[in-house]
Amino acid sequence: MSNFKAHIPTGPLSEKWTKHKNEINLVNPANKRNIDVIVVGTGLAGGSAAATLAELGYNVKTFCYQDSPRRAHSIAAQGGINAAKNYQGDGDSTYRLFYDTIKGGDYRSREGNVYRLAEVSANIIDQCVAQGVPFAREYGGLLDNRSFGGVLVSRTFYAKGQTGQQLLLGAYSAMNRQINRGKIQPFNRHEMLDLVIVDGKARGIIARDLVTGKIERHSAHAVVVASGGYGNVFYLSTNAMGSNVTAAWKIHKRGAYFANPCFTQIHPTCIPVSGDHQSKLTLMSESLRNDGRIWVPKKKEDAEAIRQGKLKPTELSEDERDYYLERRYPSFGNLVPRDVASRAAKERCDAGFGVNKTGEAVYLDFASAIMRYGKEQAAIEKIDNPSDAKIKELGKKAVENKYGNLFQMYEQIVDENPYETPMKIYPAVHYTMGGVWVDYNLQTTIPGCYAAGEANFSDHGANRLGASALMQGLADGYFVLPYTIGDYLADDIRTGKISTETPEFEEAEKNVRQRLEKLANNNGTKSVDHFHKRLGKIMWNKVGMSRNAQGLKEAISEIKELREEFWKDVRVPGDMDEMNQELEKAGRVADFLELGELFAKDALHREESCGGHFREEYQTEEGEAKRDDENFMYVAAWEYKGEPSEAVLHKENLDYENIEVKTRSYK
Amino acid sequence: MLSASIAKKVAMALSGLFLVFFLAQHFTINITSVIDPDTFNEWSHFMGTNPLVQFVLQPILIFGVVFHFIMGIIIELKNNKARQKGYAKYAGNKNSSWASRNMIISGAVVLAFLGLHFYDFWVPEMIYKYVEVNEALESRYYPELVHKFEDPIRVLIYVVSFVLLMFHLWHGFSSSFQTMGWNNKFSKGLQGFTKVYAIAIPAGFIFIALYLHFNQLSH
Amino acid sequence: MKLTLKIWRQKNASAKGAFKNYNVEDVDGDMSFLEMLDVLNADLIDKGEEPVEFDHDCREGICGSCNLQINGRPHGPKRHITTCQLHMRSFNDGDTIVIEPFRATAFPVIKDLVVDRSAFDRIQQAGGYISVNTSGNTIDANSIPVEKENADEAFNSATCIGCGACVAACVNASAMLFTSAKVSQFALLPQGEVEASRRVMNMVEQMDKEGFGGCSNTGACYIECPKDISLENIARINREYLKASVES
Repeated sequence: MSNFKAHIPTGPLSEKWTKHKNEINLVNPANKRNIDVIVVGTGLAGGSAAATLAELGYNVKTFCYQDSPRRAHSIAAQGGINAAKNYQGDGDSTYRLFYDTIKGGDYRSREGNVYRLAEVSANIIDQCVAQGVPFAREYGGLLDNRSFGGVLVSRTFYAKGQTGQQLLLGAYSAMNRQINRGKIQPFNRHEMLDLVIVDGKARGIIARDLVTGKIERHSAHAVVVASGGYGNVFYLSTNAMGSNVTAAWKIHKRGAYFANPCFTQIHPTCIPVSGDHQSKLTLMSESLRNDGRIWVPKKKEDAEAIRQGKLKPTELSEDERDYYLERRYPSFGNLVPRDVASRAAKERCDAGFGVNKTGEAVYLDFASAIMRYGKEQAAIEKIDNPSDAKIKELGKKAVENKYGNLFQMYEQIVDENPYETPMKIYPAVHYTMGGVWVDYNLQTTIPGCYAAGEANFSDHGANRLGASALMQGLADGYFVLPYTIGDYLADDIRTGKISTETPEFEEAEKNVRQRLEKLANNNGTKSVDHFHKRLGKIMWNKVGMSRNAQGLKEAISEIKELREEFWKDVRVPGDMDEMNQELEKAGRVADFLELGELFAKDALHREESCGGHFREEYQTEEGEAKRDDENFMYVAAWEYKGEPSEAVLHKENLDYENIEVKTRSYK
Repeated sequence: MLSASIAKKVAMALSGLFLVFFLAQHFTINITSVIDPDTFNEWSHFMGTNPLVQFVLQPILIFGVVFHFIMGIIIELKNNKARQKGYAKYAGNKNSSWASRNMIISGAVVLAFLGLHFYDFWVPEMIYKYVEVNEALESRYYPELVHKFEDPIRVLIYVVSFVLLMFHLWHGFSSSFQTMGWNNKFSKGLQGFTKVYAIAIPAGFIFIALYLHFNQLSH
Repeated sequence: MKLTLKIWRQKNASAKGAFKNYNVEDVDGDMSFLEMLDVLNADLIDKGEEPVEFDHDCREGICGSCNLQINGRPHGPKRHITTCQLHMRSFNDGDTIVIEPFRATAFPVIKDLVVDRSAFDRIQQAGGYISVNTSGNTIDANSIPVEKENADEAFNSATCIGCGACVAACVNASAMLFTSAKVSQFALLPQGEVEASRRVMNMVEQMDKEGFGGCSNTGACYIECPKDISLENIARINREYLKASVES
């Protein structure tokens, strides 16, 4: 397709965005009133985009499957949001944030996009504070910062362990203001099920009202998809139960390229799986790694004894413990990037050192942090020769102040007291860096169709740094998309209202209806979850944290078979024209069954290891990821051709003009 | 003006506080009946004949009672409409006190008691003073009072009503401060006071009733 | 363990619902309450029956979707958690558990255990925001210092997840804790103080219009609130309301 151009502005890196903003077309305020924009998804990216577009004067319709925009899964982000404010005066700058992000992404993201992201990051904080987002503050009344995995400065703004919630509620409140003004029309409990293209341009969507089951047509001059990531293709992930790829996949099937689907982030600090009933995984903020030390027993016999419940972790002396991250990465230690930490945990567990019933858990230990804080506190309180018990008591209090809510959550789920015995953690699928391919304007390969936030592929390369997802979502929504979309819409000021009574809408609606009818009347024997769980198993075992050619090939054929079986044998109770959660799930799993195959195909084609993508064939002697910049320094954008196996690869080469490409090392 | 839920609540709280204050005053006079009948007569006579009390404070008090009562009913009706279909299983006792959830019940009992109280004292008093226009006799109050507490049934009704008043005050008095936006570091102390008050004043009234009842039996 | 579930089933908003009893076996203490319902639903689907519909999404206690009245209490017997964080180890073998939708006129039942909480959205739309443009030309974030105590308190108020447990627990189905949390968050910050009067008047008006009951300070709301939103918020909204009434 001719739209596969990145459109990165020329000129020096630091001037690209300003220059671009100066040069793109604008829409006169009076004309904006005549232009409709659909936003699918109301998380950080969608919510902020909808609010800003409405504020600029466009008529916005938002769609979300939840009962309220406030429930989008951005709400679950705990740790924080990065911004190059340099309030701490520790040498941070736009360039450094840009550099860290590119490096963290293992040199698989675009310089232009990432620099822009770093540039607008500071504005996000200003904006959110103006909106009343209650970030953590110091006693002087100014904003507090903390540091996060993979970087050497403190640039993360946070609101206890609920930063995502506070930012989302900020975007939601901005939306509410526009809803109150009549500029946003919210369609909650609605799911987008197809994109309508008229004369080559995105002109609307088909959506299902999830309460009544009614299939609706909605037209607009442009469609923004901000529907989040596709981590649920693994069945178990830290995503919400409803998080899905459907909106992104529907536009992919209508012509939007899907980029780097295999770039998935596995988060190192999640609560391990407890049994077959598990429906989702719970993440605990990465900030825990600031103070917790990760270890497994040095001796396999000890690990074995712990698994059988014969030995307690607290009974092992320091010499009997293997603090493997500190051992392997002395300079970053427990703060190595997520992919590195995750793989290292898997490596230890695969080697037989896992510490829970399933053998898939490592320890995150706060004992030394408790003692360290306790001593500090004793010194502050001027206690001479404090006893160990006193130090411990003070230390526990300090740790509670920092991580109290996380510890509570852990205890709630696992029923063990993390102040007394080390936490058990294991990596889980958390974020997908891949997504819909977009150009510098966040436009997909379909004119008039945009993708923002986690739904697009743009900024994180092969691995995302902690506290960068919130930054990207809000940057796209508040500061990028509302401007770049004007460049496209400037040509639409005379188009007038788009009719939904056209053959294109007719065709799309029919398409949606047939598919739903097929699912609802299939009369198979197995539930949707049955298939979803099986898909998840294939993905986790063969397309998970480390991958190899043989496993990937097997995965591709197994997923294909599973898909065929799904369509033959799935059972969806209930009817189409009512609230039917099983039917909703069925549609989403059907899409995951297609995406999963493309995912594996992408992983198979990328014969290198980079970021979250680790191919066992491509590693150094020490087991570190081995990139192949010669052959794979590109974005893999897949074009839909009917079956995932037939998808056609398009390559967008990545040029690094401002950064020296290095081997990523956290040693 | 009182259309908003908060405005209604504040009105309820203010009228309630006024009644709480009145209760203290009423109690102060009544307790003298136990200590010294002459003082009781003297004070009662003052209250019964002073034009300021009779023609300004008394109407205000009646208005306060009626207002508190009507507002209570209005609020209750509106609140009932907010949950038309109830729960099959409702564990309200796990998260709140009986007193707080049942102000309408304790209030209704107190109201019914007020009816009796008016019938016993206020109506005869009004007839005595303003219909029959009898002579203002200072010594008549105490014997009338004692006479009323001869009947054990009536005493029992008094006791039950004041127990319900205890519940009503237990929640209502402290709650009125919250309604008026007063919740700060002093609230805890104030709460303590309101709780003591809620028990002590009705208990005092009960004591008076029992004392007068049993005292005359022993004579 | 084995359990008997007594669950409210209702085909749609206009249908008349009724309780139905179900037995579930092999319930594991490590399961969450919703995972236990998943097991029930898988069983129902296998038997060709319609599964029980209930709202849920993040399953980590933050989205506010899940909202079950369990044995007469919103989010079940334990404090400071949502339904999805409730684990079956809180129940005993042989227990009968009554599961109902949140009941309030302003939260009509959509199907089974799913209720419509859009009234909460409309309260927020009436004024739950600071009227500042999102186009990015605001002043530097650190130009207005905020007292740490106020910032922390505003944060505490802002952690409301909008699940509706306060309404469900309240004998009057009052939404005061919810509304007051948002009013408080902004009233405590200098950014939000500017339009505090307008905000509180409009939000209270909308709250009343939605058909929620009034607050009678029973305190049930904050006991059942999974996020421990304090009653001080209600005192504050009362104060803000009085202040605004006197000013206008």
